[in-house]
Amino acid sequence: MVEPATASQAAAPAMPKLKDELDIVIPTIRNLDFLEMWRPFLQPYHLIIVQDGDPSKTIKVPPGFDYELYNRNDINKILGPKASCISFKDSACRCFGYMVSKKKYIFTIDDDCFVAKDPSGKAVNALEQHIKNILSPSTPFFFNTLYDPFREGADFVRGYPFSLREGVPTAVSHGLWLNIPDYDAPTQLVKPLERNTRFVDAVLTIPKGTLFPMCGMNLAFDRDLIGPAMYFGLMGDGQPIGRYDDMWAGWCIKVICDHLGLGVKTGLPYIYHSKASNPFVNLRKEYKGIFWQEEIIPFFQQVVLPKDCTTVQKCYIELAKQVKEKLSKVDPYFDKLADAMVTWIKAWDELNPPAGGSSAPNGKAA
Amino acid sequence: MSLPIKDDEIDIVIGALHSDLTSFMNAWRPIFSRFHLIIVKDPDLKEELKIPEGFNLDIYKKLDIDRVVGTSTSIIFSGYSCRYFGYLVSRKKYIISVDDDCLPAKDNKGFLVDAVAQHITNLTTPATPFFFNTLYDPFTEGADFVRGYPFSLRSGVTCALSCGLWHNLADYDAPTQALKPEERNSRYVDAVLTVPARTLMPISGINIAFNRDVVGPALLPCLRLAGEGKFRWETMEDIWSGMCVKVICDHLGLGVKTGLPYVWRNDRGDAIASLRKEWEGVKMMEEVVPFFQSLRLPQEATTAEDCVVEVANAVKEKLGSKDPMFARTANAMLDWVKLWKSVGGSSSSPGA
Repeated sequence: MVEPATASQAAAPAMPKLKDELDIVIPTIRNLDFLEMWRPFLQPYHLIIVQDGDPSKTIKVPPGFDYELYNRNDINKILGPKASCISFKDSACRCFGYMVSKKKYIFTIDDDCFVAKDPSGKAVNALEQHIKNILSPSTPFFFNTLYDPFREGADFVRGYPFSLREGVPTAVSHGLWLNIPDYDAPTQLVKPLERNTRFVDAVLTIPKGTLFPMCGMNLAFDRDLIGPAMYFGLMGDGQPIGRYDDMWAGWCIKVICDHLGLGVKTGLPYIYHSKASNPFVNLRKEYKGIFWQEEIIPFFQQVVLPKDCTTVQKCYIELAKQVKEKLSKVDPYFDKLADAMVTWIKAWDELNPPAGGSSAPNGKAA
Repeated sequence: MSLPIKDDEIDIVIGALHSDLTSFMNAWRPIFSRFHLIIVKDPDLKEELKIPEGFNLDIYKKLDIDRVVGTSTSIIFSGYSCRYFGYLVSRKKYIISVDDDCLPAKDNKGFLVDAVAQHITNLTTPATPFFFNTLYDPFTEGADFVRGYPFSLRSGVTCALSCGLWHNLADYDAPTQALKPEERNSRYVDAVLTVPARTLMPISGINIAFNRDVVGPALLPCLRLAGEGKFRWETMEDIWSGMCVKVICDHLGLGVKTGLPYVWRNDRGDAIASLRKEWEGVKMMEEVVPFFQSLRLPQEATTAEDCVVEVANAVKEKLGSKDPMFARTANAMLDWVKLWKSVGGSSSSPGA
């Protein structure tokens, strides 16, 4: 049986790292009570709350947190017509938070995710682990059998080429979930009682050329390195698909990270995922995605980005072009999505003008 | 989900680099005693082997090796490479091999790890090399494919190789261990995962298992460092073999898993003393990695034997001029295939 940590078990670190360089982005439609559990670990940081759904509702933020909150009206006001690229009635709207942030790093977490316990019973400071992951290099070009060689107590194994031991900058840290695992609707229907109780004490780099399903529940990334590619797509209200927002972003960022020589890590930290969403509702949202991903995956596996795509924005625009060319035949939705991807980049660049350095070449093209 | 495997489909192959195997065999007794063992004595070992009673085993020594292999081969089955003779003469489907300085490890609950059972589980459940599952091996109890994993890739492919890990003395190279002389691996990572297709890795021979039917000849004793010695810090034979196996598995659509099981590796040797010898191996890796990363095998190569020949020819062509060691290795690989075909029993099944 796996249980979450209680609020009293979490102990605040003496020196919260990257306090002024990291924003926490939380999408929500209900309340943020879950933050009470996270207080010792997250209170030092600035929150960006993206309120989905009815903008007239007031979201209560627990006292003591420093935050900015955006509802749909704010999004429409800030982006004008470009607001069309931000999903409505879907947690995909969180990427608006990425866009308005002025910080270098983002940690995003869902409002049904609590503090997990490691096997010794100690509360897991998920943000601290994400920061460790992001501030140490990744090793995408050769697999290390002892996982992340930069972790304490590990190293590169015999046979690992020395020329590859410096690693590359880490752009994304993908965390996992105890209790309710991130299964799709069919799997949830077949195994409604399955809980993830296995604490796998590893962080590893996902090798270059390998795609993965990126979950947005417990995720951190370097905005400067990969931010513009973290668009969570068109989901929810008025769209034929849902629950593929983070998947879409994950495939895009992986292709771009591979191209630019950046790393993506997965594994620790764990959070405790408390709420199982309704599998029948999920099935309705996902079912097109289940068919479409059979075409989408080969598309991403075969994408080649030209050498002159040296910035994330250039890579992303090129990707949007190829989505329009190659995936529109799967469904006209992809035509719309490709347009939205371009709109997103335009909006990103408007809100993050070059003086900030976000459209400077970042990383070498592979 | 795993296929029911009979004990008589399994051989445990041990290369004896130490003459007194008493404590080794007794420590493994609860796990090994059900199975048939092949013990191959390092031909360079002078002392008689000491093996406790109660095991079903066959022992091969220098005389046996010479008799079977003759002098017509360039392959030297000495040191760690002696175990490959065991692979050659085995007639079982699954082979499990651990170094003779390794003992059963304990898991995170304090229970003894049945490394054989875990390797067999790894080999008899599918591998998933074409898409990464963030919850690791989806065929493990309590896990599954995550949201976003394409359904068409969920049946997986045959797992040809299972690479285990090591507690206590991890398989670090000499420079690393010399720099951190006190470092011991105590972390128990409770996961098995498939190494993605086209991703290369250092495959250690210390704790390994494989499906002999599909990849037998691809595990090969062909690269010998000039200063090859009797410590893992002084050899790269398994690393070379592993690069070949991974490329061949990728080509044949077979999977390679890594992670559990752990074994406990005894402290042995002096990393600093081995530093001199290891340097050759370190240099070698720099040369071969780009070669293996770009190696593509022709479609007509549909068995492990065919693939080994193709790799050998490519080694000769692309690496032969860089260092005579590679030309020797390529020839040894071709000799190995011939040997496998004449002594190794029926040829491998074509890849999945």
